[in-house]
Amino acid sequence: MTFTLDGHDIPFEPGQTVVQAALAAGHYIPHLCYHPEFQPHGSCKVCTCTVNGRTATSCTTPASEGLEVASETPEIQEIRRDLVQFLFTEGNHFCPSCEQSGDCMLQAVGYELGVVTGHYNPLFPNRPVDASHPDVLLDTNRCILCELCVRASAQIDGKSIFALSGRGITKHLIVNAESGRLGDTQLATTDKALDVCPVGAILRKRTGFRVPIGRRTYDARPISQVTVEPAK
Amino acid sequence: MLHRGLSEILARHRYEPGRLVQILRDVMQAEGYLSPPTITAVAEALRVPRSQVEGVAGFYAFFATEFRGRYRVLFSDNITDEMQGSGELRRRMLDAFHLELGEVSRDGQVSVGLTACTGLCDQGPAMLVNGRPIARLTPARIGAISALIRGGSPVEQWPDNLFTIDTHVERRDRLLDTVVEPGAALDAAITRGATGTLAELRASELRGRGGAGFSAGQKWTACAAAPGPERYIVCNADEGEPGTFKDRVLLTTHIGQLLEGMTVAAHAVGAQRGFIYLRGEYPFLEPIVEAALAARRGAGLLGRDVRGVRGFDFDIEVHHGAGAYVCGEESALIESLEGKRGIPRNRPPYPVTHGYLGKPTVVNNVETLIAAAQIALHGGAWFRTLGTPKSAGTKILSVSGDVARPGIYEYPFGVTVKQVLADAGAERAQAVQVGGPSGVLLAAHEFGRRIAFEDVPSAGAFMVFDETRDIVRVVDNFARFFAHESCGFCTPCRVGTTLVKHMMGRLTAGEGSRRDLKDLTRVTRLMKSSSQCGLGHTAGNPVVDALEKFKPAFVDRLPSLDVRPVFDLDAALGPAREATGRDDPGAHFGHGEET
Ligand SMILES: Cc1cc2nc3c(=O)[nH]c(=O)nc-3n(C[C@H](O)[C@H](O)[C@H](O)COP(=O)(O)O)c2cc1C
Ligand code: SF4
Ligand code: SF4
Ligand code: FES
Repeated sequence: MTFTLDGHDIPFEPGQTVVQAALAAGHYIPHLCYHPEFQPHGSCKVCTCTVNGRTATSCTTPASEGLEVASETPEIQEIRRDLVQFLFTEGNHFCPSCEQSGDCMLQAVGYELGVVTGHYNPLFPNRPVDASHPDVLLDTNRCILCELCVRASAQIDGKSIFALSGRGITKHLIVNAESGRLGDTQLATTDKALDVCPVGAILRKRTGFRVPIGRRTYDARPISQVTVEPAK
Repeated sequence: MLHRGLSEILARHRYEPGRLVQILRDVMQAEGYLSPPTITAVAEALRVPRSQVEGVAGFYAFFATEFRGRYRVLFSDNITDEMQGSGELRRRMLDAFHLELGEVSRDGQVSVGLTACTGLCDQGPAMLVNGRPIARLTPARIGAISALIRGGSPVEQWPDNLFTIDTHVERRDRLLDTVVEPGAALDAAITRGATGTLAELRASELRGRGGAGFSAGQKWTACAAAPGPERYIVCNADEGEPGTFKDRVLLTTHIGQLLEGMTVAAHAVGAQRGFIYLRGEYPFLEPIVEAALAARRGAGLLGRDVRGVRGFDFDIEVHHGAGAYVCGEESALIESLEGKRGIPRNRPPYPVTHGYLGKPTVVNNVETLIAAAQIALHGGAWFRTLGTPKSAGTKILSVSGDVARPGIYEYPFGVTVKQVLADAGAERAQAVQVGGPSGVLLAAHEFGRRIAFEDVPSAGAFMVFDETRDIVRVVDNFARFFAHESCGFCTPCRVGTTLVKHMMGRLTAGEGSRRDLKDLTRVTRLMKSSSQCGLGHTAGNPVVDALEKFKPAFVDRLPSLDVRPVFDLDAALGPAREATGRDDPGAHFGHGEET
């Protein structure tokens, strides 16, 4: 069973989505809220493709025989660039001073797509940094609301430490404590939720610079290569 | 820890987490806000994570997570309210209490804020006080309300006449005129059998009246065919689209036919339970709906063995919305019915196969279900005799704005915009927003167009703007609405609606730039192409329409024609000038040059 992605035949197994099959076949489609260990979420929209002539999120579209998917067209890349600019505009992202620089998917997808500025007037939201937990720093300035930590904590850790509240542009990450402080939750250093953040919002303390800048995940090779050939 | 009031509320809702939205609504009524300890107590009692309760509490506009005063006044912020002088009345009230918008008075007595259209456009300006609507506001009424607040008497004891809501039916046609005796349509459906009813509904070519215009017959048929024993019928009475108030009137005048239509649907698809999702702004309809439900239960038209048919068990309950336009979107509505944040689901699968609790569910608009009852009684061919080839039957319009006679108007599909304007007494209209902000903005040269799915479709709103109105302000109002109502799930709509709001705000204030005009086009295109649901897809419509049809109105208020900087460098030096006591030319940035 195959579908086509930009003219290439992509084999797939029943139950796979377009993104899953494409990645397995060595073809990168930009994505942020998709993570191989979780149900697709479909919120960031960065994986948008043209599927049989209509735009759709490829992380939620089930692969099916004969589907025609277009990913690297100028129109689709333009949509993705705009979305990444939206995410930079929405939060407070000062990459040079961020511990996650070089390991951050938002930054890497931005480079991949050739995003050089945020374009829009930054919203400069007033968001808290929570250092109350002894081992974990939560800096929501960088949160892109992908809900991976939410999903990991609920589905794997069984704790629901993280959740979203508010709506629209005021939507924000909350933690499971009346005080609103991470230090008052049951978060443990072994929690899966600590290892899924695609950006630098959830950080383990005292580990940030173990790998020096210049030798980080996306420093040597672009995310499109790292994602499909991680071992190289 | 549970105090008595709270445990009574929880018991009334059987401690069901699925009723969380209803529980929080009752707690709001009782306590005025949802404090952090209250949220903890509710979570513990329901045995769900606290973060889940806080997430839901933070989603709905009518749930306050901070103390908002003993009296919470929210002025309806629709463009029609604005045109009826809401701004001036709001100013008056704020001055009376020495308040800023959104601020709580120091004695904790009152706060004054804004809310989206309250569905009272034919009798605005309107407000909500502790959730209860007050229409036809005047300076005198504002004075009376302010005095009542000062006096501290409970809203329940305020004079009844403050809360009367009028029903303006200005033109009736077949849907409003057809009488269905209780049980008559149901008897016809039972005689015809489920398959026969489905066939009749398909033959009627009835299309959904809530906006999307999907075939009701196909929807019911698909639901009936979906596997599994449980099915649900949901009446969408969320009516959140600004400028729409026809469902409010239908629920007042045709509640019996609505319940009959839902019961016919239950018989046809094999459903056991029904819900009416009633918008939070319409609490005054609750007694009407509950009385009608009780009457039908008493008459054997709801409950066990409905109409004596063995095994046909069906009952209906009311769920209340809590201030979220997106909950009119059918999958978000279902999430809300399940007690969650109203986030639209990924589709497919659609509600007809995976709806409430993942079970097959029919979601239909109020007007659709009433039409279905009439079709069950009189047949599909009868229904099709009115309307156009692709739009069978009639449509009820909510007419408001610059007209002599605002109210609801029923016409066979195919009526021209011009005809409606003439009937409503619109003298010098320059534009009409058909279908609400998410619909189409028509300019005068388009008034010959027809209300029909094949020309100008409409969920019912019809807001008229005469020549004295400023279209840029109209669009600015709509931009604020969408930014306030975006659920925030997906990037394009969450960020895009706010960027549009900011750009429209600048343009309206005469501080915009050419670049804003270009960016408006770019952002609205992105929202249309990549958003998750209809809200994001349509949020740019008024901007796009206005830029196309009323471009001069935008261009005329551009101060300079180029880029305007994000911030004023010279102003940013102000504090330094103040600190150093300097104001000479050297203490100013690039004076004399364009910054
Ligand atoms: C943002 C949004 C808001 C909506 N609000 C309503 C509403 O208030 N009432 C309604 O009947 N349909 C509303 N709809 C349409 C529903 O999703 C759905 O199509 C409709 O309830 C189906 O019923 P119908 O086929 O009888 O029209 C809305 C859709 C969107 C995208
Ligand atoms: S903290 Fe990280 S993982 Fe959690 S929602 Fe924000 S960006 Fe996603
Ligand atoms: S389009 Fe807007 S309302 Fe719809 S899911 Fe996305 S953010 Fe929510
Ligand atoms: S990766 Fe598909 S929507 Fe985020």
